[in-house]
Amino acid sequence: MSPWLTVIVIGTGTYLTRLSFVGVLGARSMPAWAERPLAYVAPSVLAALVLPAVLLRDGGLDLTPAGNPRFLAALAAAVIVIRYKSVSWSIVVGMAMLWLLQWLV
Amino acid sequence: MAPLLVGIVPFGLAFGVAAGQSPIGGGLGYATSVIIFGGAAQLAAVQLFDAGASAAVIIATALVINARHLMYSAALAPHFREFSPGWRIALPYLMTDQAFAVSITHYEIVDDPARKRRFFIGAGIGLWVTWQITTGLGTVAGASVPESWSLDFAIPLVFLALLVPTVKSRPGLTAAIVGGTVAVVGASLPYNLGLIIGALSGIAAGVVAEHVAR
Repeated sequence: MSPWLTVIVIGTGTYLTRLSFVGVLGARSMPAWAERPLAYVAPSVLAALVLPAVLLRDGGLDLTPAGNPRFLAALAAAVIVIRYKSVSWSIVVGMAMLWLLQWLV
Repeated sequence: MAPLLVGIVPFGLAFGVAAGQSPIGGGLGYATSVIIFGGAAQLAAVQLFDAGASAAVIIATALVINARHLMYSAALAPHFREFSPGWRIALPYLMTDQAFAVSITHYEIVDDPARKRRFFIGAGIGLWVTWQITTGLGTVAGASVPESWSLDFAIPLVFLALLVPTVKSRPGLTAAIVGGTVAVVGASLPYNLGLIIGALSGIAAGVVAEHVAR
């Protein structure tokens, strides 16, 4: 499947989830069995995206600043977002930390 | 509303830069802003395209991420009931995390359908225009920045910033730990299946943890 078609399928599927209750299912409420799993989509998907990207280097676990500076940089960014709740600053600090470590080691 | 618009600026720029540097090309990368119009799914799709994942895996992952719109649609449906069919077909395109959050809060103090509709249109279009401008600028900038700047790292940083507020509850934290760990262990699986298997395991773990806590 071409990348364009893949994106169009995702866009169509996304629109249909948005349309679902507003457009078709009317004002009936969402069944509880469906609502509970949806509450955990965000934490599990986001963690599944973040952890491999910051813990693994060339397919193996590597937490050393020399081998995988992204781990320490991500830790710094996490501290900023937990402590100051600022998304922008956490990105700035994370990138700056990565550049610093890449320059140092 | 204004802080929300400012808040999506770094996301939009980070996505645009990542898309601009991606092998899929800035044109298609930017087009996802119009076709998908959902930051997390767009970022995940670009990351999976870069990793050479199959179309089926990319579609499944993006749709799992965007399944939360079912929840928003269910919550907004009673408020949209009196809109004409045309509005009910057109407005869902503008449904995002932010547009949902501000609208559902506003609807607690507003009863008039026309005012409800105007508010959703205003919030939705404000967010849409901001997203198009920032992802567009990012795409142009990303294509001209050398790879040694490691700007692709902005993607996990955005996801990390989004992740932190979702793990405040114990089931949420359980979902994140299980989802992330399974994805790390499954990272070498073919077709990048680790991501979707990790995500589904995390969701299951969250439901179980919530059940145990009761």
